[in-house]
Formats: sequence, C-alpha cells, structure tokens
Amino acid sequence: MNHRRTPLALALPLAVVLGLTACSGGQPSTDTATAPAPDTAGATGEATGEGTTGAPTEGDGQLTLYSGRNEELVQPILDRFTEETGIEVDVRYGDTAGMAAQLLEEGDRSPAEVFLAQDAGALGAVSQAGLLEALPQETVDAVPESYRSTDGDWVGLTGRSRVLVYNPDQVSEDELPQSVDELVSQEWKGRVGVAPTNASFQSFITAMRVMEGDEAARAWLEGLAANDPQIREKNGHIVADVDSGAIDAGLVNHYYVHELAQEKGVDPQDLSVRMHFFGAQDTGALVNVSGAGLVGEQPDGDAQALIDYLLSEEGQSYFVEETNEYAMIEGAEAPQGVPSLDELEAPQVNLNDLDDLEQTIEMITQAGLL
Amino acid sequence: MALVATAVALIPLGYLLLRAGQQGLPAWLDTVFTWRSGRLAATSVALAAVVTAASLVIGVAGAWLVTRAAVPHRRLLAVLLALPLAVPSYVAAFTWVSVADLWNGAPGGRFEGFAAACVVLTLYTYPYVFLPVASALSRVDAGQEEAARSLGRGPFNTLVTVTLAQVRPAIVGGGLLASLYVLSDFGAVSILRLDTYTRAIYTAHTVGFNRDQALSLATLLVLLTGLILWGEGATRRAGTRYASTRPGRPAGVADLGPWRWPAATGLWAVVLVALGVPAVSLVRWTVAGTSLADAWGRIGEAAAGSLTLSLLGAVVTTVLALPIGILVARHHGRLTRFVERAVYLAHGLPGIVVALALVFFGVTVVLPLYQTSWLVALAYATLFLPLGVAAVVGAAAQAPPSLEEVGQSLGATPAEMFRRVTVPLTLPGIGAGAALVFLAAMKELPATLLLRPTGMETLATRLWSATGVGRYAEAAPYALLLVLLAAVPTWVIVQRSGIVRPAPSDATVVEDGALLAPAPAAPLLVDSVSGEVGNLGAVTGPTTLRRPVEDVQS
Repeated sequence: MNHRRTPLALALPLAVVLGLTACSGGQPSTDTATAPAPDTAGATGEATGEGTTGAPTEGDGQLTLYSGRNEELVQPILDRFTEETGIEVDVRYGDTAGMAAQLLEEGDRSPAEVFLAQDAGALGAVSQAGLLEALPQETVDAVPESYRSTDGDWVGLTGRSRVLVYNPDQVSEDELPQSVDELVSQEWKGRVGVAPTNASFQSFITAMRVMEGDEAARAWLEGLAANDPQIREKNGHIVADVDSGAIDAGLVNHYYVHELAQEKGVDPQDLSVRMHFFGAQDTGALVNVSGAGLVGEQPDGDAQALIDYLLSEEGQSYFVEETNEYAMIEGAEAPQGVPSLDELEAPQVNLNDLDDLEQTIEMITQAGLL
Repeated sequence: MALVATAVALIPLGYLLLRAGQQGLPAWLDTVFTWRSGRLAATSVALAAVVTAASLVIGVAGAWLVTRAAVPHRRLLAVLLALPLAVPSYVAAFTWVSVADLWNGAPGGRFEGFAAACVVLTLYTYPYVFLPVASALSRVDAGQEEAARSLGRGPFNTLVTVTLAQVRPAIVGGGLLASLYVLSDFGAVSILRLDTYTRAIYTAHTVGFNRDQALSLATLLVLLTGLILWGEGATRRAGTRYASTRPGRPAGVADLGPWRWPAATGLWAVVLVALGVPAVSLVRWTVAGTSLADAWGRIGEAAAGSLTLSLLGAVVTTVLALPIGILVARHHGRLTRFVERAVYLAHGLPGIVVALALVFFGVTVVLPLYQTSWLVALAYATLFLPLGVAAVVGAAAQAPPSLEEVGQSLGATPAEMFRRVTVPLTLPGIGAGAALVFLAAMKELPATLLLRPTGMETLATRLWSATGVGRYAEAAPYALLLVLLAAVPTWVIVQRSGIVRPAPSDATVVEDGALLAPAPAAPLLVDSVSGEVGNLGAVTGPTTLRRPVEDVQS
C-alpha cells in the first residue's frame, strides 16, 4: 500500500522545489531590493572573465574589494574615493584570515579585484598562491622597500609599531624595560598582558626568530609562559585592562590606545594608559603594515586607481588622523601623540621574511601560550 | 528525492575527503595522529560529555517541573527557560567574561578555562533538551502512568520507568543536538580560552593560513560525530517507546508539597543567570561607551538582512528536510538509517569548515549562485538540516498513513486528503522545525560572513565588526536586537510544542475524528518524536487494546 501513497507524499516537496527553481531566475532583482549593494557577484564575475579583451584604462566605474580591515575604519575613505573618482566600490568585509582562505578557495574565479589585508602575512599567503597581479613600478616605489612585497605584487598602506602599554600608577618610568627580553624576568612576573592568538603577536615572534634565531625565540616564549603572563583574546582587551589597572603592562600595537580613547570619548592623554616605545632596534619595536594587492587579471584600471588613491596624500593622511597609523609615503606627518616613523628605532626586518607562521604557531603552542 | 536532499548535508564531507585526498594519506596521518591532536580531542569530548550531562539534568528536570509538577508560575517559567536559546554562544561568553571582570580585577582570577566553558555552554545549550522533552511530556498519556501506579509502582519508580521512558527519544535526541552543538562551537571556547578541537581548527586556519592542517583536523571531528551518532543509535535500539498521537486525558500534575519552593528557586536561578548576565553587560556597554549608535536605517538594514537570509534558510532547509523526514518516518531499513545519520554529520563541524566547503561548491559547481542569498541558504541547510528533519519526522508521526487510507476508503480524493488531513496535522510540527532553523540561522556567523552577497550585512556580522574595533556601545543595539528577534521563533516553538497549552494538533484530530480517524478503541501508537512504532511492553496496562501502526500498514 505504501507505493500508492509515496507519490502523493513526495509531491509537495517536489512542487516546492520546482517553484523555488522557477523563482531563482528572478532572484537577482529581489536581492538588489533587500541588499544595499546591487548584485555584484554576477556582474564582476563577468567583468573578470572579459578581462583579457577589455581596454585596461577605460573602467566600468565599479570594483569589488575584499576588505580584511574593519568597516568602521575603512568605509569613510572608500566613500571619499567614490566621491572623487565616481568609481563605485562594492566591499565585502570579513576578517583578514577568513578572506585569505576564501581567496585561496576561489582561485582565479574570485570576484575580488582588490584585497585589503590587516597584515602582511595574509598578503604573502595569497601572493604565494599566485593570485596577486603585479603592481606598476610607480606604485611599488611609493612605499619603502621593507614594507612591500619583493615580487612587487602588494604594498603596505599603513604602518603600526609594537609598544609596551603600561599604567603609570603601577609601573614607574625608571622601571620601563629597554628590551622585551626583560619582560621574562622575575621583576615582571604576572604583570604583562599578551594576546597570543592575535596575528600581531605572531608576527612579532616570527621577527624574533628571524633576528635572533629559533632557539632564542623559543627561550623567550618559555620564559614568558613561566612568568604568569596575563593572556587576553585581543589587543584591545589588554589596553582596556591596563587602563583600568587590572594589569600593569602589555604588548600591543600602538593604535589600540587611540581606539580605546575614541570609545571612551576622551583624548588619549586623559586615559591612564601610556605607551612605551622600545628603542635600539629591539624586536619589541617591530613595525608591521596593513596593505593591499590586486587580485587576478584586472578588467580595467579601477582597482589600481583605488590603491593609488589610498597611497595618495589624502588617503594616507586619513589613516594618520582617523586610525592613528603611520603613513607609508614620504613626507607625511606622524600620528598624534607618537614619535614619527623616522624617530622610531625599528629593527631592520624585511616583512617578506615573516612568512613562516606555521613554525611560529607551533612554538607558541608548545610554550603553552595558545 | 531524499537522497538529493541528503547530498546537501554531505557537501562538507565530500570537500574534506577531496582535500585530504590531495594531501595524501601520510601527511594526513602526520597531522591527525599527534599528541596534541589527541589532547585536543580529549578536551572536546570531555567538554561535550559534561555539558551534555548537565544539559540533560537541567533540561529534563526543568521540562518535568514545568509540565507535570505544581511549580508556581510554571507557564511563565516554561517560556523563560526556552529563551536562552536566543542568545548566541559568542554573545553569551563575551558578556559573561565582562561581568566576571567586574568582580575580579586581580590578575590570575580570570573567568576562563574548562569550568567556565562548561557553565556558559550548559546555560545556553540545555534548551535543546528542554524543548523536545517538555513537548513530549505534555503529550504523554496519563493512562500508562496510572496503570503503573495501580500495579503497585511508587511515584518515583513510575516517573523513571514509565514517564521518562516514554519520552526517551526526545531526551536522547536533545542530548545529541546538545553534544554536537558543543563539539562544533567556536565562539564560546575561544573567548573563554579553552583549547578544544574546533578552536585548533580555527587557529590553524586563521593564523597560519594553514588550510590543509585545518581540514585534516576537521576530518577527525567527522569521525567523532560519527561515533556519537553510533552511540545514539545504540541507545535507540535498546528499547522502543511509544506515545499515542493524542492523550486520552491530559496527564495530571504532581503536587510537590514544600519541595515546590526549592524547585521553583532552582529554575528561576537558571533563568536569571542565563538571561541576566547578558542583559547587565549590554546595558553596561551602552552606558560606558560613546561610539555613536548607528543610524536606525543601518540597524534596520542589518535586521532586514538577517531576516531575509534566515527566512530563506528556513524555507530551503525545510523543503530539503521534508522528503528526508517522510522517508525516515515511513520506511524503515538500512538506507533510511544511513540517511538519518548522514544529515547530522555536518552538524558537528565548525561553521568555517562548512563555509569553505560551500565556497568551493559555489565556485566550482553553481557559480551563478555564488555570493547570492541562495548559497547562504544552502549553507544553512547543510548546517541545520537535522533540526528540520527531526521536526518533519515528528510531524509525520502525527499523520500516519492509515488516516489517509481511511480517508480514501471514505471517498476523499488525494488532494482533499492532503488539504484536510495531512496539512493540518503536520504543519504545526514542521512550522516549529522551521522556526528552530530560522533561530539557528539568525545566530550563525562564520558561514554568513564568507558567503553573504557582497555588501549585505546582518545583525551578526554588524555585531562582529563593531566588537572587532572595541566599539561596544555601537555593538549593543545589534546584540540586543539579535536576541530579541531570535526570541520570536523561540516563542513560536514554545507555543507549538504544547508546553504552555495543549498542542493545537490534538484539537485537529478530535475535530476531524468523527469523519476520518480510526475508531477510538484503536488509536495509533506512534512515538511522537522519532516516529518509531513497536509492540507494547509490560507496563502498558489497559492500553493493550491499541495496535501498532505496522499492523495497519501491512
């Protein structure tokens, strides 16, 4: 008797599925109605496909950007870009690592034209897979050699320095260390905050390996792990905890102090937390970058125009003023309340050499910090 | 049909096998069989075991108290106890940490680690047990309990051997969902700094861009899920239970005497802690921060994005769940058992792995759909198919084939039968399943982030980007709206489950009963949750007049 019922029982789902399939033809228009941006996937996919025949200079006035940097920080400058050039930017926001993985999975079918990344490591990974297009020499030359790809397929857009943040109520000025090596001593036991899951901490350890060798880095990690470190998920949490006095000091990127001041609605000077820049080319003074590269064959010059805009005086001063980061181009002012890039005694490390993250993570894990 | 639908749930598995295959067996073995991998797996299993056990205790005790005991304000409690389901685990963990920080500014005393993860996960996972068990308990036939009591069993003995035994499929099913949820959770364990297997997958993937390692680790999670499913299957075979499609009489309410006060206090404590901590934190973020609250238009846009994607996800998932659910409910065999298990496999995987699988599937197989709402909906279906299938199976049991036969014998056309009998009987159950999928989709983050149409934002993605730059005041309205919107389907589920008032489907049976239902002397014995049928055991007493469905079918 079952066989007589089965067609009836299955008729409903089948009908619904057919109905859905019928609808799906008209879907893009519905999408456009609900989503703020028009249906970009199809349009850009097509554009990328036609890339070989399209004239390189005449743009379609539209580009797709994968942004691993936060919308709050990036969208204002993108809006200005659109205002000035008339080129619409469809942005996909995500975390840098997730976007890198997505780009690797998409391969040459990616709808992305530009990848904006929070750190050099992600750009390196995408570049290694051969997914980034070479940038014009002019663009590459605008950025100092150590802050761009050796293959010329990505450039740094903004710089950030590692610092030790501290609370002056708990750490006196003469107590401040000359080198990160001091932080593993008995004197700092239980007083230092770190964020080992954060890419910025991992780049710092990779730099230590490149500069001082794996054994030194391993010893430092083990010393830190044995020194009762205050582990936090994010740099921002460390700065907030140092400001409140919950922990004495912490290793972070410099602009997080600015971020906390903004959230609290005060001037950075009015916070308790202070920044200590390491000198003498100590690993603790590492300067890393956020950067961008062109993804895949370019249908037109729109994406290139965006990178050039972000490297223009206007683009660079936006980051200096709004996100408190260092500009990459010559002659730009330093962010408020911090020494200029030239005054920093950053170690001479080529960011391209910081690509062996796997071993770094293995070491951080073995030290028991991850 | 059912097989095509099942294939959707197997996309991630296919992807994992493909990638593992590219890597080669030696590399795979090197990654998976390490000391660290074993330690992580042990932590994950221990966490899943503790949280599942605690969820079972809170879920079953809570369900019994609000449905079958005279606890003060039990209807209100029934709704409140379900609400923690609306709080995403990452919001829960984050708010717990910030509230705990109020108490201990001192270093070292941080709220993190195994115990903290157990507490937080249990408080937001137990509704997966509470809801189905409460629903099943409210439908339990009083006759069986009375029979047991009249044959000399004590009240406690009856509770355990008769009442709870009858709802055992609901208990086991809820426990299964809870354990898989814990296994795949990343949000809570990362914030509470517990190194679990899923966290290691994320770490390998996000910080090292080490996709191969991440995916190799994920294959072991599939094996673990398979083991749990096998265990669940084993408990199911150990005995078959029944509940009739409609209770002869509403089951009585136990008088707890003075014990009702500690019982009520315990339930209120769970509710207050689970809902109060996030509430306190969200208020604090709003007051303490000055990041400009977003314009209502932006918040509205995100809410619209969430609703669109979740609704589409619920529809697609339910459509795919229908053929599978019907197959599972009406046919028993090796293939059915395979299909039923297969839909759970992706449920234990971290969202990021499923998302990457769908990116791969999107760009290689269905490129026109890539980065459209449809692919997001498909990802939701892959992740949440078990929720939909369980609901359809339960609903199909409400409309056994014999009803259709009776209808046909009385001259009803198939269309008429479908409209007048099948739809009214199954719709409430299927609707509750769709609501559950909708709820889960609202809270989902990793797959939404990777697959959503470019430019589209949801409440979850906005919440993520605001907290990403420390703008908690700005994040608060998104978190609040997310919880409030997720509370709506939770409310629907509670209503539909018949916990608060008798289930509407029972009324339908009675209404149509005069025309279509079999003679009252022979109502059907169908397990209301798993759809299993079988012979009555020793404790059935007067109900032996009833016949199993299989007799009717044959």
